[in-house]
Amino acid sequence: MSIDIKQFHGVFFDESDEHIQEMERQLMALDPASPDAEALHSVFRSAHSIKGGSGIFGFDALTNLTHVMENLLDRARNGQQQVTTDIVDLLLSTLDVLNDTLQAYRNDSDVPQEAIEAAISALEACLCADNTAQVAVEDNQSANTEDDGFGFFDDDNELCGQTENAGDDIEGFGLFAPLPEGESPEDTEDCASSKHNDDDGFGFFETPAISKEPEPVSASTPKQTIRKPVKTSSSGKEAASIRVDTTKVDAMVNLVGELVITQSMLSMVGQEVDGQVGERLQLAIDELQRNTREIQESVMSMRMLPLNMTFNRFPRVVRDLSAKLGKKVTLHIEGGATEIDKSLIEKLVDPLTHLVRNSIDHGIETVEKRVAAGKTESGNVILKASQRGSSIIISITDDGAGLNRERILEKASQNHLPVSDDMADADVWQLIFQPGFSTASEVTDVSGRGVGMDVVRRNIESIGGRIEIESTAGEGSAFFIHLPLTLAIVDGMCVSVGDQIFVIPLLNVIESFQPLPEQLKTLGNEQLLWIRDQYWPLVHLHNHMQVDGAIQTPTEGIVVLLESSKKRYGVLIDSLMGQQQVVIKSLEQHYKKVDGVAGATIMGDGKVAMILDADSLADACTTGISEELTA
Amino acid sequence: MSEAALQHIENTTSHREFLSFVLGEEHYALDITTVKEIRGYEQVTKIANAPAFMKGVINLRGDIVPIVDLRIKFNVGEPTYNEFTIVIMLHVHGRIMGIVVDGVSDVVRLADDDILPPPEFGVTFDSKYLHGLADVDSTMVILVNIESLIASNELGLVEMTSQTSGE
Repeated sequence: MSIDIKQFHGVFFDESDEHIQEMERQLMALDPASPDAEALHSVFRSAHSIKGGSGIFGFDALTNLTHVMENLLDRARNGQQQVTTDIVDLLLSTLDVLNDTLQAYRNDSDVPQEAIEAAISALEACLCADNTAQVAVEDNQSANTEDDGFGFFDDDNELCGQTENAGDDIEGFGLFAPLPEGESPEDTEDCASSKHNDDDGFGFFETPAISKEPEPVSASTPKQTIRKPVKTSSSGKEAASIRVDTTKVDAMVNLVGELVITQSMLSMVGQEVDGQVGERLQLAIDELQRNTREIQESVMSMRMLPLNMTFNRFPRVVRDLSAKLGKKVTLHIEGGATEIDKSLIEKLVDPLTHLVRNSIDHGIETVEKRVAAGKTESGNVILKASQRGSSIIISITDDGAGLNRERILEKASQNHLPVSDDMADADVWQLIFQPGFSTASEVTDVSGRGVGMDVVRRNIESIGGRIEIESTAGEGSAFFIHLPLTLAIVDGMCVSVGDQIFVIPLLNVIESFQPLPEQLKTLGNEQLLWIRDQYWPLVHLHNHMQVDGAIQTPTEGIVVLLESSKKRYGVLIDSLMGQQQVVIKSLEQHYKKVDGVAGATIMGDGKVAMILDADSLADACTTGISEELTA
Repeated sequence: MSEAALQHIENTTSHREFLSFVLGEEHYALDITTVKEIRGYEQVTKIANAPAFMKGVINLRGDIVPIVDLRIKFNVGEPTYNEFTIVIMLHVHGRIMGIVVDGVSDVVRLADDDILPPPEFGVTFDSKYLHGLADVDSTMVILVNIESLIASNELGLVEMTSQTSGE
């Protein structure tokens, strides 16, 4: 009988990832002066879970490493080992190795054997240095016993049998650590044959070290969810969560979008029913409307994750970086509970890391400089998230030296960028987003290569956001990232052209008005708008979208002024229909990309409307007279 | 045909069911397993710069689905749209699309032996999008290989136009 144990690898890797994150979080929160016993327990449990799981799957490198780590942690939580900053550092670097190893197994690549051995010997050195000979002997014994256990597993691969054999005494191998004690993973039940005796089974799990507290692992530990992490200051809050495939959530979001449309169709029909029945129907529809809105909100919230998912990595980044640069930096995280669409979270990691590193490297001064400037020794970096209307604002603020106007201008002219000395500050700051731009006097491995900021801006713009800078010399600088709450919904202005309705993303709309004859000029065959001392190209939407029966004369229709990241122009439409939030649907799913169109949406009456893409519309009707905005 | 005889045929030769439909005066059929549903023609939202047979898109329960008028594409019949105009929704290669036809006739069951290879069609019809021809009650039915037609979709669909109907 054989079970394809590989099918469980994914679960193990995901869980181990979470365990590593959890350990890192706990270690970062750990105060060496008065270590929190519960935190140490938690770290120990995570290490133990990884060890158990890796043992099952035969990931020996992981098992060996976590084993030594576990020994050290066990000492620490039993008070036999003083927890010092050095030890925390050691454990953190071990976590890095652990993570690398895990990724190596995940990608079927070579395990970083040297790093693992180095980490193990560092841990062992730490263990030996602080312990009596007697303890050391005990430790050796435990190590030996475990080696036997592993040797056994490797040889015949009858991994699962052991669970049955040892029965309830083993806590599910740690693979499914969150399960209550005694519940074995399903697969183990199928394993009939067992070649071990009980002693072997115990030899594996019950090391002398662990036996002092025999069952701390799963019995008393509901899973600390990583998906909804709490702020470091209030650690220990535990919430139940389940792992759900994102495609299921997305399907749910789609279905609810359908429901919203059906509901609004029903409302339209309901208004046509008169009399008493109509009234009752109207009441029922109102009720339905309320329920639908609540379902929609709760489904959308399923896709939302707290920014802490991203923020939690930064204490570590700041700690490592400030140590490397010999600066003192305190990181403050605010508003980590602010929720944002999952797809955005993933894309935020890189830009935020860049900005935080930049703040520490370029912004915060060295201790001497800070003291000389009358500031506190330790610099402050504030990572803050807040929601404002339908957008999220993430700010990275430091109280360092601020951006250096002169140096930026100097560098810009070196790079042949069009600059002048009397440029507004805001325009000067935007220069640092130019490719190849770095004001760091020397290139470090931290930053200064100038590949960073333009990538940051591109990443943020790719998720529909924008970035702003505020800076005051000597007082510090702040980067503000404005992001949409979600990519699935856009605030749009509905406009009609002929018999068709189009949606223009509100983000692009500057204003709309009925043009006067004197505002219309012609250049060759092209029409231009003359508005507030500027010429704007005018795009006839009905021409581009091939709609019949639309208003041809600009003075009879409405012109909407649009601004995309590259161009500014006016669009001629028939009339404005109003403003509403629309769900973006993909055209590519069943058809293909259409020029000038970002996607489609379904209006309240069930009809399809195209959502205009200001950028590609501009490209599609480029006439050579469009005003180029060179940022 | 008796039940036993039917059973016999099923055992000996492989059968396929086709949905037959009318385009102008001609009878066509396509593999019924590709059919998702049949519905009436409804107002479409036009797509700019699309070929003439691409009528536009509709909302099929939340999916934005393109509608192709086969009468224009195959250059048969008059493309009129009224309450009797039929759209066959197809589900092929994970994509959904609708084809406009004049009417749906029947489900026909054909053995492989009944399907005859198409003669060379000349310039107006590319035979690689055909399974073949079949005789059903003395009527010639053209079996369209809708999967290969749609597999050539995206840009392929557009290219298809220039090859076959000379648009």
